[in-house]
Amino acid sequence: MPELATEVDRLSLVIEIGGMPVRVFTTDSGFLAMLQDRYAGFITSSERAEIEFDVNLTPPNFPDPDAPVSVTHHLGRWTLDRGDFRAEWEPSSRTGWIRQTANPYSIDAVLRIVHTLVLARQGGFLMHSASAIRNGKAFLFAGVSEAGKTTISRLAPPDATLLTDEISYVRKQSSGYVAYGTPFTGELAKLGENVSAPIAALYLLAKGSENRIDPLPPGEATRSLLANLLFFAEDEELVQSTFHSAFEFVSRVSVSRLTFVPDARVWELIG
Amino acid sequence: MSRLYVARNPRVAARSLDGEMMIMSGRDSTLFTLNRTATILWQSADGTTPLDQIVEHRICTEFEVEPAAALHDAETLARELASHEILQISEEPIPPRTPVAGESR
Repeated sequence: MPELATEVDRLSLVIEIGGMPVRVFTTDSGFLAMLQDRYAGFITSSERAEIEFDVNLTPPNFPDPDAPVSVTHHLGRWTLDRGDFRAEWEPSSRTGWIRQTANPYSIDAVLRIVHTLVLARQGGFLMHSASAIRNGKAFLFAGVSEAGKTTISRLAPPDATLLTDEISYVRKQSSGYVAYGTPFTGELAKLGENVSAPIAALYLLAKGSENRIDPLPPGEATRSLLANLLFFAEDEELVQSTFHSAFEFVSRVSVSRLTFVPDARVWELIG
Repeated sequence: MSRLYVARNPRVAARSLDGEMMIMSGRDSTLFTLNRTATILWQSADGTTPLDQIVEHRICTEFEVEPAAALHDAETLARELASHEILQISEEPIPPRTPVAGESR
């Protein structure tokens, strides 16, 4: 009697960013290899995973590949939609699925979104900022595109450990705020180191004719922080939570404007 | 002329910092920073005090402004804040909104 079904190997790996292990299942060994390369340094051998995603690879036939991201919550289930992927995640069961083509960008977006959702409930966030560790302390450098995140990262001295040149990972702990390295890269296209340190300061970047640090009043600091947070969910509870997290962060972490000329001397002011 | 009542929308996040009131829309995450007059209006918007009384007792006592002009400006401001769903406005007193169990978008 012929076999009615063929067993397909279910492969998996665990991507751990910010101390949160996420297991990804796939049946495609080529896709698995691509993820191992894309997230090198963030792949762990941990058996434990806080979230498990089944990735279903599909041909490139999404109806509107340029559709913007949409993140909605209904009956305990998050739905993540963008032109190039659709995903669902149920926090109570810690499981979800992703439907996408075999590319590294779609799952990268899903991971960023899921991390923002998890962090929002814990008082943390992802932020448009470069970050680095120096002398055991983490420093964040925030700004919009062209503000200087890549430049300040490129100018970092050898004793600084780059956590990211694009997306910083901020987790709230009882003793304060901690920055983690991320694989989310910007123009530098260099993965951050998978390490963490307590955050000593947040700098809002501005290019100028001299290197100087000017403290920001709390209101301006909070507005600037909020303007640089990554947040996708159309969910009032999480919006409120993130809003209050920004105030909490500003009350506990020094926030200043860092004006700098693009040369390595700016790092004499950091650390 | 009918009276206008204003109430804070409980679905926004609001926080005062060094006298500066910041409000974030829960609908689209837009951030608003209120000026002094808007802050007074926001803080006084309990749904039961008519707008003309808020103007008379809170705004005219703080600023040198003619009451009729102040009320006109306050109405314009209240309608603008309502258009962003920061305030609710009504010609009737607005009862406090009771959250519905399990309410979710």
